[in-house]
Amino acid sequence: MTTAPKQLHLAAHFPGVNNTTVWADPRSGSQIDFSSFEHLARTAERGLFDFFFLAEGLRLREHNGLIHDLDVVGRPESLTVLNALAAVTDRLGLAATVNATFNEPFELARRLATLDHLSEGRAGWNVVTSSDAFTGENFRRGGYLDRAARYTRAAEFVATARELWDSWTPDGTPRPFAHHGEHFSVEGEFTLPRCPQGHPVVIQAGDSAEGREFAASAADVIFTRHGTLEAGRAFYVDVKGRLAKYGREPDELKIMPGVGFVLGDTDAEAREKAAALRLQQVSPQNAMLALEQVWGRDLSSYDPDGPLPEADPVPDSELVQGRVRLGDPLAVAARWRALSRQKGLSIRQTVIEATTRQSFVGSPGTVAAELAEFVAAGAADGFILVPNLTPGGLDDFVDRVVPLLQERGVFRSAYTGSTLRSHLGLAEPVWKG
Amino acid sequence: MPPIRPLHLAAEIGGPPRYEPEHYTALARLAEQGALDFVTLGDSFARPGPDALAVLSRVAPATRRIGLVPTVTTTHTEPFHVSSAVATLDWVSRGRAGWQADVSTTGAEARLFGRRPAAPAAELWREAGEVADVGARLWDSWEDDAEIRDTATGRFVDRDKLHYVDFEGATFRVRGPAIVPRPPQGRPVVVIDGTAEPARQTAARHADVVLVRATTPERTARIRDDVRRRAEAHGRHPDTLRVLAALTVDLGDAESAPEPGLASGPPLAAHGTYYRGGPVDLADLIGRWHRAGAVDGFHLTPITPGRDLERIVNGTVALLQHRSLFRTFHPGGTLREHLGLARPANRYARDHVLRGERA
Ligand SMILES: Cc1cc2nc3c(=O)[nH]c(=O)nc-3n(C[C@H](O)[C@H](O)[C@H](O)COP(=O)(O)O)c2cc1C
Repeated sequence: MTTAPKQLHLAAHFPGVNNTTVWADPRSGSQIDFSSFEHLARTAERGLFDFFFLAEGLRLREHNGLIHDLDVVGRPESLTVLNALAAVTDRLGLAATVNATFNEPFELARRLATLDHLSEGRAGWNVVTSSDAFTGENFRRGGYLDRAARYTRAAEFVATARELWDSWTPDGTPRPFAHHGEHFSVEGEFTLPRCPQGHPVVIQAGDSAEGREFAASAADVIFTRHGTLEAGRAFYVDVKGRLAKYGREPDELKIMPGVGFVLGDTDAEAREKAAALRLQQVSPQNAMLALEQVWGRDLSSYDPDGPLPEADPVPDSELVQGRVRLGDPLAVAARWRALSRQKGLSIRQTVIEATTRQSFVGSPGTVAAELAEFVAAGAADGFILVPNLTPGGLDDFVDRVVPLLQERGVFRSAYTGSTLRSHLGLAEPVWKG
Repeated sequence: MPPIRPLHLAAEIGGPPRYEPEHYTALARLAEQGALDFVTLGDSFARPGPDALAVLSRVAPATRRIGLVPTVTTTHTEPFHVSSAVATLDWVSRGRAGWQADVSTTGAEARLFGRRPAAPAAELWREAGEVADVGARLWDSWEDDAEIRDTATGRFVDRDKLHYVDFEGATFRVRGPAIVPRPPQGRPVVVIDGTAEPARQTAARHADVVLVRATTPERTARIRDDVRRRAEAHGRHPDTLRVLAALTVDLGDAESAPEPGLASGPPLAAHGTYYRGGPVDLADLIGRWHRAGAVDGFHLTPITPGRDLERIVNGTVALLQHRSLFRTFHPGGTLREHLGLARPANRYARDHVLRGERA
């Protein structure tokens, strides 16, 4: 008996503020004009993607007390852009990253429900908690919560939002609402009827044990960075194993790593392009920045083409603000030193080696085969593709890889439903009246 | 007699709550056909309905010229979020965004957030002024040419053209800079209903467009003069303000007025001045008030949006256009251009120049 191959899910990350977006390329367009968002979203919809995804940052990143100026800077506010995109797309899911630490449930639940209504069931919410105290300086709340408190707040936030989304009866009658918990006290009446897809899709991004537990209890999708086959499988097993204690089935939570890709006519050409791309992404200045991010000290006197510093990292450095650090600095530094010694690499070469994340590199056929293999092997349910060019970075993928995935029978050839939940194969949440 | 200034017209497109985008898009397009300066969409947390700023973002790509002015309240929303969302509406509409600032005074609204108790209007309007102030600073916190994409040095932005606002209000602080680059209009248009104290004080200081609800051209003119005087006291040139008379209009079924105009009596409705009559008489009234120099224009709230807006556009506006009192098309692309308001210079860029001159 042959079983149908497992279907994969695809989403498109808008390449904006991150250190993989190549802005120096002559084809690089605006990261802020609506036309860029429209182009990428329409391309994703042409490729029948599940959703379009926007990241968030609530403070400009800083390095050594100065605004970081090497990567793309500046982005519009996500939910507002997605509402506009709802006017120029029909089926594509529209997912916004919105912080649970610097928002309030009533207001955000209302904004998300509005997007779901105005897009007729296509809204998604990536719940992040902020890894950085300095973000708070733009908000009344100010300051910071430790990780555990951020996640208990996020969990109560999502629970409260779900109660609000369920507060009108299915026939459209508002009912009084009350939630009194540790973090929130909300009382009154919600302003919108139940969403077209019941609740907007909830996505989680965050990797600690607290983050994974929160995802297992409350999320529909996880956005992860575990992009290699081995790390992906380990993560997959870990997270899916956490679902049962919340009474959930493994396929109620989709795991979607964020991954890059580089296409060429041949595998060799793609590899060459990928190497050139890494040199563009990790300029000498960016290499020094990455190094200082680990070392937590000013290393401006070092040569990016020279050897790694002898001095040890400063573990609790405030040097870098607004970026997730790469892990325990001493351990990372030890790994980088070993790598550099072993292969005789300069600072810049070491950074390139050490920070290259899983990217699917090859001809369209190779990339399609690998994507399908990852899903078949239980390393992911699908992918959030991170193009490295705005706004044309997805064009080739949609034109050349998607048809091959369809040929393999692992990706849809037409949208079968109209809501984001239906694309993801997720049931509508039961109304808890 | 002072020269007649161009007439400005705006309309509210809210009504009983609707959740389908097509409803709002159709109304905004209708207003756009009439070459109106802008549409507003009222909002509050206290009654059913979708988020107004979201609705007008949804409308933006489906329209081309009309200004889009949602109500955004400042009492429970983070000032930083307000500024980002309004700036983004300006980006997605390519320079057509405004923002009607309002406050939430009730205990019912406060209980939806559970963060702070209800407060007196005067306090909340002072805070709304601070939110408008920090919003403008955040919009300026990126100089227009901050993005340099300098491949020689590897720098995407010139960090000397990004500015911390370090704003300290009575109830909040914001460090800045904005995450959204300076919007197309420099600063989206700020609209405030300045009929009553203490909103009038905030309007005179921070608004580009002030709405006034009064029953006679004389009363309206008095308030207009007052707002302009106060604006001047805050160091503004009064001609950088537009004062629009706010009327609720019921164009019923009649072609002409069963109750001619407003001049005859007190307002009939709790929310401002209520006009009931035909589209032709409304055109006469608008022409009369405007000729008298009482106002820069009108903000009309149709009692029944679908029906009355259609009559306003195809009746009243068409007639005003025929009489050459109102434009027949939008000569510019941005809301500021419709209103004849200049794109504001960036306060930080000015500092820059001054520093340069001194050096
Ligand atoms: C794949 C991924 C994407 C993320 N994207 C964002 C983002 O766009 N904005 C943000 O503020 N935080 C983002 N985060 C940060 C997380 O929300 C979280 O605050 C951070 O990872 C710390 O939590 P943790 O210790 O559980 O990982 C992301 C994290 C991951 C793993």
